[in-house]
Amino acid sequence: MTDEPLLRVSALSKFYGSRVGCENVTFDLWPGEVLAVVGESGSGKTTLLNCLSTRLLPSSGTASYRMRDGQWRELYRMSEAERRFLMRTDWGFVHQNPADGLRMTVSAGANVGERLMAVGDRHYGRIRATAVDWLSRVEIDEDRIDDEPRAFSGGMRQRLQIARNLVTGPRLVFMDEPTGGLDVSVQARLLDLLRRLVTDLGLAAIVVTHDLAVARLLSQRMMVMKDGRVVESGLTDRVLDDPRAPYTQLLVSSILQV
Amino acid sequence: MTDIATYNFAYLDEQTKRMIRRAILKGIAIPGYQVPFASREMPMPYGWGTGGVQVTASIIGPDDVLKVIDQGADDTTNAVSIRAFFKKVAKVAVTTETAKATIIQTRHRIPEQPLTAGQVLVFQVPIPEPLRFLEPRETETRKMHALEEYGLMHVKLYEDIARHGRIATTYAYPVKVEGRYVMDPSPTPKFDNPKMHRSPALQLFGAGREKRIYAVPPFTGVVSLDFEDHPFEVQTFDQPCALCGAENVYLDEVILDDHGGHMFVCSDTDHCEKRRGDPTSSSWGDRAEGAGGADGQSSPSSTPIPALRADPPHNGEGKEAE
Ligand SMILES: Nc1ncnc2c1ncn2[C@@H]1O[C@H](COP(=O)(O)OP(=O)(O)O)[C@@H](O)[C@H]1O
Ligand SMILES: [Mg+2]
Ligand SMILES: [Zn+2]
Repeated sequence: MTDEPLLRVSALSKFYGSRVGCENVTFDLWPGEVLAVVGESGSGKTTLLNCLSTRLLPSSGTASYRMRDGQWRELYRMSEAERRFLMRTDWGFVHQNPADGLRMTVSAGANVGERLMAVGDRHYGRIRATAVDWLSRVEIDEDRIDDEPRAFSGGMRQRLQIARNLVTGPRLVFMDEPTGGLDVSVQARLLDLLRRLVTDLGLAAIVVTHDLAVARLLSQRMMVMKDGRVVESGLTDRVLDDPRAPYTQLLVSSILQV
Repeated sequence: MTDIATYNFAYLDEQTKRMIRRAILKGIAIPGYQVPFASREMPMPYGWGTGGVQVTASIIGPDDVLKVIDQGADDTTNAVSIRAFFKKVAKVAVTTETAKATIIQTRHRIPEQPLTAGQVLVFQVPIPEPLRFLEPRETETRKMHALEEYGLMHVKLYEDIARHGRIATTYAYPVKVEGRYVMDPSPTPKFDNPKMHRSPALQLFGAGREKRIYAVPPFTGVVSLDFEDHPFEVQTFDQPCALCGAENVYLDEVILDDHGGHMFVCSDTDHCEKRRGDPTSSSWGDRAEGAGGADGQSSPSSTPIPALRADPPHNGEGKEAE
């Protein structure tokens, strides 16, 4: 491991007019670390995630990312071309709704291969072999490679979306309620898979969830948000077993329906 | 009584022509880039070459010699109508001979005879955006062009190979122009793609309904996209042209009777007739003899501007036909 963070976020705020999206969020993310962002609906989780992944520009604050070459770059000062390149190489983004992150009308193989082609791979056989490999890693049968995701179940679509994101070997993956729309049994399988992949690949991830069980399973560290602000953060086990903020105590004791 | 007098030279008013010429110049300056232009109503429906006609109308002069082909043929209704249109509104000479033409307006083919410096090839384009297939949002495709994000084009070719075992796209086969912009060469067969590469002729593309003009200047690199292990290749034909014996040309299948009789003949009718030394090929009524500007104030015809109608669109293989 390295002694430098991967991402440094400082005093990040996003306002929608006068409404607070998220406010004054500060944290560092380390290589290979999974950070869960929890809180009830409307607490600002998605806003924060979208700002961090540069899908949204914050109203104020900074975020710096350590590039593969070791250089620190201020995310909101990068050109759009640089940001888009980062997003399809060193980053991944897993949407709650797989249809938002997949091309529904091209085959599973092409969905996985797209990023490779986007970065210049021009060898069909190699692209296909990589797609086969990734499908098996997310437990999708090789013989589904030429099927469109339209024909897939929700769980399969979500696994395909994950494969599509991981194929370029990103170092940081953003996930917004990755198990959100799925049945409980399907959720459990996906969580197992995610946990294994994240560990095997040494991925850093920021996972937004309203489900404390997801945070417990996936993350080493967590931040609890309320009304756009971080009310508590710390190691996941510590926060869940020994919550300090009164709001977190309510959350953990499940008095609050999140 | 002078119908012609009510029309400006080449039908379009000078201001419109200037606007279109500016778009053409911009297109030439940025090879393969789609330049928006204010497409005008033409006396023909969209889908019958309004983009190409506007381009031709903006560049044509009294000394030009115009050839118009549709799927390689000079004698289809659409080609005849457009030729007659310019004969009427610009009084230019027209020809079917590739070598004699200074401007060739085309739908779906590039002549077999290599073009030369000074010639202009004007393509009629139905759908100018090669990325449209997978990305319907115009804002996004423009961004992809601007940032040179062309992975999606290979996704399309990947799908072809996954489904058919080879790149099955045979028309409108995407190309990269001068190493920068990915361009749709219009629904010409991919057979013609290599002819675009470093052609001495100027190639202009007009899409009327979509209001886009783009260009490939002379001697510009035009490379068909492919994979290392599935390289681009043109169609080949098992037999030569049944009429003239030509090989390595693009052939059309012609049905001869109701009993399955058919033969393959040159789609480029001028090329075929030339090779056969066909005497009828030079006896067309609208050939180059009647140079518009040349025979002075040729009789102000009382026939109206020919209504431009055309044959039903040929199959553009998955693309909307122009
Ligand atoms: N596009 C938007 N325009 C205006 N307000 C928004 C917009 N998106 C989110 N908000 C508001 O910002 C706050 C945080 O929302 P969000 O980030 O979606 O929370 P979460 O993901 O935790 O449910 C909420 O009050 C929400 O109504
Ligand atoms: Mg949300
Ligand atoms: Zn022939």
